[in-house]
Amino acid sequence: MSYEIVARPHQQNFIDWSADKPEVVVLTADLTNSCEVGKWRDAYPDRYFSMGMAEQNMLGVAAGMAREGLEPWLHTFAVFLYRRPLDQLQMSIAYPALKVRLVGFLPGIMTPGGVTHQAIEDFAVLRAIPNMTILEVGDATEAESVLDVAHAIDGPVYIRQLRGEVSRIFPQDEPMVLNRARLLSTGDEITLVTSGIMTEEALRAIPLIQAQGVGIQHLHVSTIKPFNDPEVIRAITSAKHGVVTMENHSIVGGVGSAVAEIMAEHGSTSPLKRIGIRDTYAHGASQKHLMAELGLNAQSLVSAIEQLLGRSLNIEPATLAAARVVDVHSSAKAEAL
Amino acid sequence: MYKSSLDILMFNCLYSQDEFDLKPAMLQRSVVLKVNGSVPQQKKLSDIATGIRQRVLAHSLKNNGGYMSQACSSAELLSCIYGGLVNLPELDTPMLPGEFAGTPGLDGLNRTTGIDFHGGRHADMDRLVNSPAHYALVIYAAMIETGRLAEDALDHFNKDGSTVEMIGAEHSPGFETTTGSLSQAISQAAGIALARRTRHETGNTWVFMSDGEFQEGQTWEALQAASFYGLNKLKVIVDVNAAQCDGPMDQVMTIEPLQTRVESFGWKVARVDGHDTDAIFAAGSIESDQPLMILCYTDGTRGLPLLQERYPVLHYLRFTSDQEKSKYEQAYEEMTR
Ligand SMILES: Cc1ncc(C[n+]2csc(CCOP(=O)(O)OP(=O)(O)O)c2C)c(N)n1
Ligand SMILES: [Mg+2]
Repeated sequence: MSYEIVARPHQQNFIDWSADKPEVVVLTADLTNSCEVGKWRDAYPDRYFSMGMAEQNMLGVAAGMAREGLEPWLHTFAVFLYRRPLDQLQMSIAYPALKVRLVGFLPGIMTPGGVTHQAIEDFAVLRAIPNMTILEVGDATEAESVLDVAHAIDGPVYIRQLRGEVSRIFPQDEPMVLNRARLLSTGDEITLVTSGIMTEEALRAIPLIQAQGVGIQHLHVSTIKPFNDPEVIRAITSAKHGVVTMENHSIVGGVGSAVAEIMAEHGSTSPLKRIGIRDTYAHGASQKHLMAELGLNAQSLVSAIEQLLGRSLNIEPATLAAARVVDVHSSAKAEAL
Repeated sequence: MYKSSLDILMFNCLYSQDEFDLKPAMLQRSVVLKVNGSVPQQKKLSDIATGIRQRVLAHSLKNNGGYMSQACSSAELLSCIYGGLVNLPELDTPMLPGEFAGTPGLDGLNRTTGIDFHGGRHADMDRLVNSPAHYALVIYAAMIETGRLAEDALDHFNKDGSTVEMIGAEHSPGFETTTGSLSQAISQAAGIALARRTRHETGNTWVFMSDGEFQEGQTWEALQAASFYGLNKLKVIVDVNAAQCDGPMDQVMTIEPLQTRVESFGWKVARVDGHDTDAIFAAGSIESDQPLMILCYTDGTRGLPLLQERYPVLHYLRFTSDQEKSKYEQAYEEMTR
């Protein structure tokens, strides 16, 4: 399966989108080009604030600006938005429910930068924070339309954003909608819930699984908090053989956990298979290598469904379409991270 | 026009050459190294520095990218660090980088660190904590030049399953701590120095830092604690290249005047020309009852003036065209002639 590849979907779109929104300001922490806002800075120099490599202060400054009616959009790598400045995020931004947008790049294992650059537990940490909205982008259409979704929320929003070469999976005229999943296939045997880049990975395997006569109800979720879309609740409480979740995140506290909570609260007795990082840190290696090593791939989806069905699907690993992984030295990236 | 931090230092009347704390004694400093196995060899620091630049440029040419400017700025100071300034135990033979064994776990699992490449822990010897993890390529090159790391180690750089990571972590050669989230090493080094003091150890604890790390609040908290505890065996050496990811630091978020700021935190500070190995050695021998910081003002294009064409953003070198690459190939020829 192949999709249109969009180079830097955020870069120009964010500039165009900001034109009639003077309250939107951008703050960065020395990763301006790496987060595709170098051109935004040049377009709106008066609305751009370079804060240097000082994330705790950046979140505090953003809080002050938001109290004064500005709408700060912070751009840096995801890890640097919630690990070191977690207290500032909680007390200065989340408690007063301020309109600060945290745009985090390189979610999960999408960087060879190793453990210090891999945001693998951001959902877990941020889901526990009252007033937070958490969004995750799964393709170029969502990278574009997430702006309107976040903008409409009267409180802090954390976004897992994609950069560089991004597939367009969803039609451009079907934008992201808050707390509404996309139904990608229907079937009554297995319910599959995927988010972020795992959706494209799952889409590789699904036709092969369906060809074996397995009915799959596949939902792509882009709102991680709140997580109470009635369509999602219906799907995960009605699967005949079980539910599978797939996320570019730890199995602790993310999409798999959110699904488990709903299943338990609704008295669902179906088994649940969570595909994700199994409570370990990762290390510096290519995305493709880490996806295979950690089992974040189509192969794991086939195995999980086989376990739920109690039979083999006889799908050769070689027939699973080769993962499209962006070259480390793609010219759509500012450096090799 | 391109100006390095060093040029600016010279031009600015506040920081004239006379104001350098230490005047260079024009010696050709050299060290005795067991570079090839156990046969001791005399090696000039200037040759080590040239070797560092050559290796990093060769690697960048081969891999279409690398942290080249950091090699240009820090080649001399790293030649000092690994060429005798830091009193590290000698190795009998250069070590091979291992395969990545897994992340550290409970009960001692995978706890070996890059300290082995520094000769391990000895009460009367020095320790070296490398902080700017993105300098890894340059640090590996310095360790190859000084007989600590096997000649072909860079072949494993950023390869799947290797410990020779692009952003060094504690399993990587020469890294004792995981500091790719910058500014976390100096606090850990202060802890190491405090622990060593409780054991009455006589060796120093050194930290190599980049100047961007002085934007993070944690650095200043560490400076405060180190002077409060009078950690005079803690010695920090900084590559003040006045540059960071987004460009010149005085445009991103200035840290100057660094010397007076650090002095006001209770540290003894020496400000030197970071390409003058004699000045660096002289600074390293300053006796004080305060912790010591050596600010090495450097030029991020030293030894490779071609890089000036990329000003103002020098942080990462990726060739934008074949013509540009061939210019660097030519520069490599000249450098190795
Ligand atoms: C806490 C943290 N924030 C951001 C980054 C991303 N980052 C990597 S290197 C770097 C620049 C730091 O400045 P410096 O080391 O002086 O840059 P150089 O001289 O190598 O260009 C930044 C912001 C990081 N590694 N850690
Ligand atoms: Mg610097």
